[in-house]
This record gives sequence, structure tokens and C-alpha cells, in this order.
Amino acid sequence: MNPAAGSNQPAVTYLNHETTVASWLLTRDHKRIGVMFLVGVIFALLLGGIFAMALRIELLTPGPTVMGPMTYNRMFTLHGVTMVWLFMIPAIPSAFGNFVLPIMLGAKDVAFPRLNLASFYIYLAGSMLTVFGMLWSGADTGWTFYTPYSTVSPTTVTPILLGVFIIGFSTIITGLNFITTVHTLRAPGMHWTRIPLFVWTIYGTSVIQVVATPVLGMVLLLVTAERVLGMGIFDPSRGGDPVLFQHMFWFYSHPAVYIMVLPAMGVITEVVCAYSRKNIFGYKMVAASTFGIAFVGFFTWGHHMFVSGQSTFGSGIFGVLSMLVAIFTAIKIFNWVATLYGGSIDLKVPLLYVLGFIFLLMFGGMTGVAVATTSLDVHWHDTYFVVAHFHYIMVGAVLMAFLAGLHYWWPKMFGKLYPERWSFLAAMTIIFGFIVTFLPQFLLGNMGMPRRYYEYPREMQWLHVLSTAGASLLAFGFGLIAIYLLWSLRYGEEAPMNAWGSRGYEWYSGSPPVPHNFTEAPRFEREVHDYTVVEGPRVY
Amino acid sequence: MEELFRKSLFLPEQASSIAKDVDHLHYAIITAALVMAALIFGFAAYCLIRFRRRSETDVTRKVQGTLGWELLFVGVPLTTFLVWFYIGYHDFIRMQTPPPGAMDVYVVGKQWMWKFTYPEGPNSIGVLRVPVGKPVRLLLTSRDVIHSFYVPAFRIKQDAIPGAYTQTWFEVTKPGSYRVMCAEYCGLKHSEMWAEVVALSEADWDAWMKEQREGRVALRDASPSGPEREEPGIPARRVARYDAQEPHGEVMYGERGTLPERGERVAAERGCLRCHTVDGTAHIGPTWLDLYGRQERLTNGETVVADEAYLTESMMKPQDRLVEGYEPVMPSYQGQLEAAEVAALLEYIKTLRSARLENTRSEGPVYEPSGGK
Repeated sequence: MNPAAGSNQPAVTYLNHETTVASWLLTRDHKRIGVMFLVGVIFALLLGGIFAMALRIELLTPGPTVMGPMTYNRMFTLHGVTMVWLFMIPAIPSAFGNFVLPIMLGAKDVAFPRLNLASFYIYLAGSMLTVFGMLWSGADTGWTFYTPYSTVSPTTVTPILLGVFIIGFSTIITGLNFITTVHTLRAPGMHWTRIPLFVWTIYGTSVIQVVATPVLGMVLLLVTAERVLGMGIFDPSRGGDPVLFQHMFWFYSHPAVYIMVLPAMGVITEVVCAYSRKNIFGYKMVAASTFGIAFVGFFTWGHHMFVSGQSTFGSGIFGVLSMLVAIFTAIKIFNWVATLYGGSIDLKVPLLYVLGFIFLLMFGGMTGVAVATTSLDVHWHDTYFVVAHFHYIMVGAVLMAFLAGLHYWWPKMFGKLYPERWSFLAAMTIIFGFIVTFLPQFLLGNMGMPRRYYEYPREMQWLHVLSTAGASLLAFGFGLIAIYLLWSLRYGEEAPMNAWGSRGYEWYSGSPPVPHNFTEAPRFEREVHDYTVVEGPRVY
Repeated sequence: MEELFRKSLFLPEQASSIAKDVDHLHYAIITAALVMAALIFGFAAYCLIRFRRRSETDVTRKVQGTLGWELLFVGVPLTTFLVWFYIGYHDFIRMQTPPPGAMDVYVVGKQWMWKFTYPEGPNSIGVLRVPVGKPVRLLLTSRDVIHSFYVPAFRIKQDAIPGAYTQTWFEVTKPGSYRVMCAEYCGLKHSEMWAEVVALSEADWDAWMKEQREGRVALRDASPSGPEREEPGIPARRVARYDAQEPHGEVMYGERGTLPERGERVAAERGCLRCHTVDGTAHIGPTWLDLYGRQERLTNGETVVADEAYLTESMMKPQDRLVEGYEPVMPSYQGQLEAAEVAALLEYIKTLRSARLENTRSEGPVYEPSGGK
């Protein structure tokens, strides 16, 4: 971390101004909290990935392969719980959002630095309780905890429900913190029309987090109460309604998809601009569509229940509203691609992930429209088609954007460059591996393979084998990334101040940034990603 | 062309009257998605080559979106999606609306089997026999957790929910055996909860039903379904397990006869007839005569058709949607009546038709012993 002679990195950075363990654990610096979140979510990704590989290995043969049905059922539950709540929801907002959002706004820190630290420890506590529940006996309910099965399952669902409940507080606090930060801590010149699109998406996400997460909290507590006290809210034999759970659950969990995807879209926007040296095509539309998605996302939950016996009319309304989400997403896709036009495009690794992102989002989105089409959903509901669809759109999107952001901001965060060739190889492996893993699952869904099946008809085997092969490629790609990124921390080339010549505001501060982001208050005199003015990197 | 699409998309055979229409929309959407993707990636590829970075000092023009472009970006997908939605919803309404005159079969899901009951009497487990070319309406419920009745070849799926009846229907177009799976995760053996629909020709169907009525065939089919059936190396599933199931309620256990006959006994033994009459006279509760399909006005001002769903709801949650003019005095039968008993009661109520054709509403109550009017 010691800057060598002639280095253009600041001498004192957030990494080296204090180095004790306590200075990290008790830090109120949003950058350090961001890094701690980054470590946390990467561990979650690793854990969820291990569960995923176990599932794919089990599905290599139609009957039992390496584990029994109970283990398998627990495994897919834990895969879902870990990936959704421990990885995808906090990944981009809590890790990258924490790190770059205040810098992008020209602020010294977030509005409530102590609360920010608390949100990390709440996340840690919730995650540990969840992991404890998994290791103790595990749940076999699926990450959706559908009643009445979740209230009668012989496994220990309660610690996991409570763990997820606790993580919810972390999400709410982070959201509140970001909303307040955006409203109160913008530097001079940071008008609402200059706010970077990444910040806009985090802002939209925060609104969803604050509004929707309490509903999840309620329903998880109700299930806990049902399990522990036998309340009878979802139990028909006591006058309860099992489908009520689904309404409450999806009222949160459908918007939660946008908690995951919107920040991913924000990262993608930043990366597209930086590597094509262009301003975004249609700034206002891209910003507005963020809120379009956030808003409409609240009125689509019923599309998870087309075959649950809800009214036909209701299904129609939910179906057509769901399509509006695709419209707003289409706006973004068109604008990203249009941004490339007339640019100066450097196909570096983050941009490669953007292409992967757009590909997955495109097919994830179109198949989303297909499952919102009521008649088709009847066949596809709860099959592998849906599994493939949501892996494309939320997992694919979050992973691609997470990796794009990780590479794009790596020099900003740690002041090191990653090895270009290895990262290119890893990116190709990951994108290809992802497609090979989930494309066959669309076809399996067409064939009628229901999800959460431990055994399946023999004629479906070869597609499962293909899918497992893809998953192995993915695992290999991740291993590669882990190795070269860790390598670069120690041996990597020192990054210049603005490694990519980007005009994103976060590059105004040093790489890595100084403890309070800026040594003098920044002023924003140009639009974000304005490449028409000639400007060297500057550090305040 | 049709077959090429179906096979390249790995869709199962089309064995119901709705399957072809569903698939056609599917082909259209997949084709459109591929065309859109090709256009977008074609354009992206053009940009990547044409506008690749040539020097580190490249300066780019500022290209701003115009309203016209943005309207085009919104308009084209919106129009396409709405057309798909319209076609899809049209088909969906068809799937949700059983044609009048459809044959009813009661389906009960239970961890981990499907049980089918015909109004004429026979029960079967794991095998649903239906005639080809005749609409069949399924009335589904569950005894424990939520299950979902899924027949890929028919493109239908419907959740079976404890404490409520849901419905779906299909019309098989060709004789054969079709796989039924449970699509809603329901516990340990979720992936083994298989059954089959056996579609028989009209003559075979009649012969089978005749045998059933005469009681010459065992009351219950042993299930030949399940993944093991296709695994020659593994011993077949023990079918005897199903015979060891717990009795379906005191009243129904060991009973024979048609469902309406059993329903009559259930009504008598469960005390339904203390408040409901079957001859049209008013009493503490609405009469059951002509009740099925009647428009009932509720205390909250709404009108409801007394179909299977409403009648079941009235047994389980009688206070929730009360018929106007009646006191909320009926106790809940939740947990008292077995799913099979509910089915029997429903079939019994359905047989209670007077000669009158007009669709009358319930008359007001009379709080006197039956017959004392």
C-alpha cells in the first residue's frame, strides 16, 4: 500500500491511514463498510455456489445420484436463501453503493455513518443466524417458504426465517441512509439532472427497500408465529388462508427482484458510458424508467399466482401490468445500445460483461413477457422454464453487473490493476458457462420438468447433463477470478488515478480515495459522462 | 413447420383441445424474441466494430436521445406485448372456463398421491380415466399442503389448495396415457407425486364405467405411476402403500354407492339437514333444492353463483359470505368434513333439482323446526 516514488496515488488513502483491526471493525467510513460488505457478499456467493454445484451434480442422473431427497430439498432451499438474501439483495447496493455513491455525489460520507456500520453488523448477524439454521438442520421449504408446507415441515425453518427477518432491517437501514444522502449531501453543482444514473438506480432501489421490506418482515414473523405458536393464520383447518401468504410474500419478493436488478442496471450504465466514451443516450428516459420499474414492480405480484385459483380478471390485470416492466427495461436496453453509437469503444472486460448482461437481460426479459402471458404461464408455472427465466434475469443480471462493477471499480477501490488477459478469459468462461447452464433449462421447462424435482423422467437427462457442464464452467470461471483478483491485490500493477479515462464523478477522487473522499470540496461543472470537454483526471 | 417448431422447442405432444393454440403463441413469442435479439446484437456488433477506439485521445460527439426515438423504443415493444397479452388472455379465459356439460371429477392431492373420485362412485388413485373428446372438469382440493396438478401434454396446471376447491378442465383429443406431475413443492417426495391420465375411446370408457358400477373391478387402482416405472433396474414402487392410507373420514370409510348417495348419508349424519331442507321449504339455512348454480344475494350486497367453490367456502367459512336474510349461525365445518365428504355433499346438492326452471333466490328463514310451517 505504500506509494512508490513517482506514484500518482494519494499518499494517505482510506486503506492505509489506519490499519488496526479495530479501525476496520469500528469504522464509520462508507468505503470500508462497502469493502466489508463486498467480502461478506462474496462469501455468500461462494456458499450459494457450493450448494448450486451440489444440486447440479445430484441432477446428473434421473434417480438418486449423490444424496437423498431430504438432503436435496434442503440444498435447494439453502441455495435460494443464500443467493437471494445473503448475496443478490445486498451485493450491489450495500457493497458498491456504499463505496461509490457518496463519492459520486461529492459527499464525505453517507448521511448516517454509524447507522451504516450498524447495517453491516445487522446483515452479519442475520446471515450468521441463517447459516446457523442451515448447518444445524436446514430447511426444506424452498426460499419462498410457501405455507402451509413451511408451517408443517419437519425441518427447522424458524432460525432461517428469523435470520432473513433480521437481514431485512439491514436492507431498510441502508435504503434510508442512501435516500437521505442523495437528498442532503450533494456537492455544489450536483443538480438533480446531473445525478449519475448509478445513484438514480440506488435511489429507486432504496425506495423499494424501505416500502416493501416491512411486508416481508411481517409475513416472516407470521410464519414463525404459526410454526411456534400455532396461530392459524395460514392454516385452513383453523380458518386461515394458505394463499394469503403468497400474496404477502410476493408483494415484497417481486419488487425484490428489482432491488437486485435496478442497481445492476445502474452499474451497466456507468460501464457502458466509460468504455464507449459517450454520454448516455437519453439520460432522462433511463432515469425515469428506473422509477417506472420501481413503481410498476409493486403491482405485478399476482403473476406468481395465475394457477392458484385467484380470479381470472385479477390474473389478467397482473399479467398486463407485468408487461409494463418489460417496456421500461426495453427502454434501458435500447438506450444502452444506442449509447454505443458514435462512441470510442474499448472492448475491455467490464464492457464484455455488459454485453453478457444485455444478452441475458434480453432473453430473461422476453421470457418474462412470455410467462406474464397468462395462457403460456399455465404450462410454464413452477417448471424449469421459470427457473431459467429468473436465473437469466436476476442472477445473470446481478452477476454480470457485479463482475462488471467489480472490475471497473477495482482500481478505484484498491489502487491495483487486474491482469487483462486472465480477466478476459474468465469473463468469456463465465458468460459462456452461464448460457450453457441455463439455456437447456428453458427447454427442460418446455418439456414439462417441474422445479424442485429430485427425480425426473429419463428423456430429460441429457439436458441436465449439459446444464451441469455449464455450471462447472461457471465454477471454473469464478475460481479464476478469485485467484487473479487476490493476486492483483499483492502483485498487481499500481493503477493510475483514472484507470479507464472515465468521466464518472467517482473518478474525481483519488484511486484509492483519501479518507474523507476529497481534500477540498468538489464542484460539479459538467454533466456526468460528458466526453466532449477535454479534461485530465483531477483529485480534490 | 408446426412439428419442426414443437420438436425444436422440446414441447411435449399436444393432446388437449387447447394445446395447439397455446403453442402457437409460444412460437410467435420465441421467434420475435430471437429476431429482436438479432437486431439489437447486430446493431451492437456494428457499433463495436465501426466505433472501436482508435487512439487514446479520441473525442466523441455528444449524441442525445430525441423524443421520437424514445417513443419508438416504447411504442414498438408495447404494441407487440399487448397483442401477445390479448391473445394469451383470450386463451387463458378459455382454459379457466369449463364448457357447460363437462364431466366432473373430484381430485384430492395428498402427500404424495393423487386421488380421483367420479360422481358415479368409483375412486381411483394414481390413474385418471377419461373419455376422449369430452370436456372433463376437475374439482381440486388438497388434504394437507398445496399441490399443483400438472399435465404437460394438455398444457394445463392448477393448484390444489387445502380448505378450498379450485377447478380446471381439459378435453383430450387422442387416446393414450399422459403424465401428471405435482408442480408445487410439497415435501420429501414431491418429485414422486406422479399419476397418469388415461384417455379411453368412448366405447372403452363406457365399458370401464359399467364395470366400475357393477363393482367387478377393485375399488381403487394401484398406481402404476412414478419415476421408478421407467427404471428397469430398480424394483417397482410398492403399490400396497396406498391401501394402508388412513380412512377418509368416518362417514365415508368403506362406503360404496355413487357420490350423491354417499352425500345424502353425510348430510344426515353430519347434521346438515337440521338447518337445510332439500324440498324447497325455507328453514334456518337456505334450502338445498335448486341451490347449485343459483344466484345468491349476500349480506354485503354482492351476488354470487352457488358453485362448488362457494358451497365449499360456505361449509368451511360460513360467516365470510353470508346469504342475505340469514343469521350467521352456521358453525364452521373446517377440519370436520373430509375432502371426500365435501365432494359427496356437493354432488348430492347438485342432484337436488326441482321441475321449476326459473332461477329463484333463497327465501327468508323460518326459525321453527323443519316441517312446522
